[in-house]
Amino acid sequence: MQDLSPGGAHVRAVHDEFHGDLLEVSMGPHHPSTHGVFRMVVTLDGERIVKLKPVFGYLHRNHEKLGEGTSYLGSMPYTDRLDYLCSMTNNWAYAVAVEKLAGLTVPERAEYVRVILAELTRLLNHTCLAGFLMQDCGCSGTPLMYAFREREKILDLFESLSGSRMMCNYQRFGGCRVDPPADWLARAQTLVDGYTAFLDEFEALLTGNEIVMARTQGVGCMSAALAVSAGVTGPALRATGVAHDLRKVDGYGVYPRFNFRVPLGAHGDVYDRYMIRVLEMRESVGILQQALAGLPGGPIMNPAAKLRGFRPKAGEAYGRIEGPKGEIGFYLISDGSPNPWRYRVRPPSFINLTILEDMCLGHTVADAVIILGSVDIVLGEVDR
Amino acid sequence: MLGSGILQGLAVTAKNFLGSYHDPARYTTVEYPEVKQQLPEAFRNFPFLVTENATDPMGTLRCVACQICEKECPPQCIFIEKSKDKKPDANGKLQIYPVVFAIDTSVCMSCQICVEVCPFDAIKMDQVYEIATTDRFDALLLNREQLAKPNEYFHQIHPTEAAEVDARLAADRKAAEEKAKAAAAAKAALPAKPAPAPVAKPAVVPPPTAPQSPGPAA
Repeated sequence: MQDLSPGGAHVRAVHDEFHGDLLEVSMGPHHPSTHGVFRMVVTLDGERIVKLKPVFGYLHRNHEKLGEGTSYLGSMPYTDRLDYLCSMTNNWAYAVAVEKLAGLTVPERAEYVRVILAELTRLLNHTCLAGFLMQDCGCSGTPLMYAFREREKILDLFESLSGSRMMCNYQRFGGCRVDPPADWLARAQTLVDGYTAFLDEFEALLTGNEIVMARTQGVGCMSAALAVSAGVTGPALRATGVAHDLRKVDGYGVYPRFNFRVPLGAHGDVYDRYMIRVLEMRESVGILQQALAGLPGGPIMNPAAKLRGFRPKAGEAYGRIEGPKGEIGFYLISDGSPNPWRYRVRPPSFINLTILEDMCLGHTVADAVIILGSVDIVLGEVDR
Repeated sequence: MLGSGILQGLAVTAKNFLGSYHDPARYTTVEYPEVKQQLPEAFRNFPFLVTENATDPMGTLRCVACQICEKECPPQCIFIEKSKDKKPDANGKLQIYPVVFAIDTSVCMSCQICVEVCPFDAIKMDQVYEIATTDRFDALLLNREQLAKPNEYFHQIHPTEAAEVDARLAADRKAAEEKAKAAAAAKAALPAKPAPAPVAKPAVVPPPTAPQSPGPAA
């Protein structure tokens, strides 16, 4: 058996009785294509991958045990640090779980604000992903910089509402922390109005580009059966043609009131996963327009919600929402004390990553890089 | 036609490149540190302690060392030691005060939970961000003298929130004064009546360690 310990050699010759002489290469954990500190031990036959073993945990910070040690409220800022691109949706998923546990209702205005922020997060995440994916393809700089230019505008909105660009810590049990003022909503409206133009520009740059198509089509195919059996969720699942979107399936929050479609792919390759995200962004723009137009007045917090001395009754709850990367869920068991007895995260990045080897087999090393990029992982969430 | 997609993409980059010369909206770079972006009002960095009077910061801290923030702080970066004696606060009311109030900013994650749970509006978020230092330990452990900043400063950085807080505190103070006046008037009107039953008294008087609110609860 080969030594895959973190201290193992980075390149070594191995012998396989079926393939003959192979080369084992350790990609990462500091490789720029690994989106953080992630390591792939790939066994190569020439340039083809015959075996791939993901090694992770370099960023493990004991998130779930910390959640058992702090109060319910105290875990909220930690959820920002799971998937640090999507703190708003992480906050929301955690708030949904705790609200279920405590039986709290959320005012209508807060539900609308949550939808607005979640869809802005989806725009932000998918824009970044497309930029990073092109960076992985070798398209250095330009698409990523265009993506980051737009992302910065969304982060400015988050900052002026919550006080922090990425670590928003905005949702609370029974509502939201701050009521968005009218000028903030006007700025959000301006951004949403201009986003379609950006998407058109971004697509003109990439979608029809022959090099991008040659590089991504037919690469990293995932079958629908494999995706379903592995528990893959989010755009990676929908790229295989499975219509599963929690916004439609669960219809949580006020999503049933909005008119939007769920884009589906046909091949489950890297190009489909890119394309699904672009189409989802266009749907998100539509949801944002409807939510901003229909935003009702009223309170932003449930007055029955307690900030200090919050002790939900004993029981258990699982709250899940459709995050930009897939189903993000929190499972909580309460024994009536101020801390959860068990605090478990269902991380979409981590579960989507489990079938990396199946997608990469037979492809080249350079393809493994873009396949990993198209899965859309954030190591803060994978390692927790 | 093969290659038309690439040409289309090149047209986009050319438009962006040339556009950045004449359209300020397309030139998004800010030349930090020569130019600084204006911070949004909600921007938060590390906490500071509000004092009523800038000339006597340690004597007029709003903090009464109730230790709620210390308990609620998720990364446990606040350390408070209560005073044994009581000192008059800005309103002249006798209060416990923090002998030691330290925040380890190398641990603090700027989550603002201390601000939200504070019942006395004594701790607020600062906006100073150029705080890099070469010392990892003592320079990042801020004591109460470094943390104390006057209420005027709070008004400068968070004008809306500060105005709300001041209005709330003024209303609380007024309610307390009126209550005290009404109690004094009632006492003067009924001098012959014996003192209220002493049984009820221990329940009203807070235990010596509990925080004493300057507001209507007092």
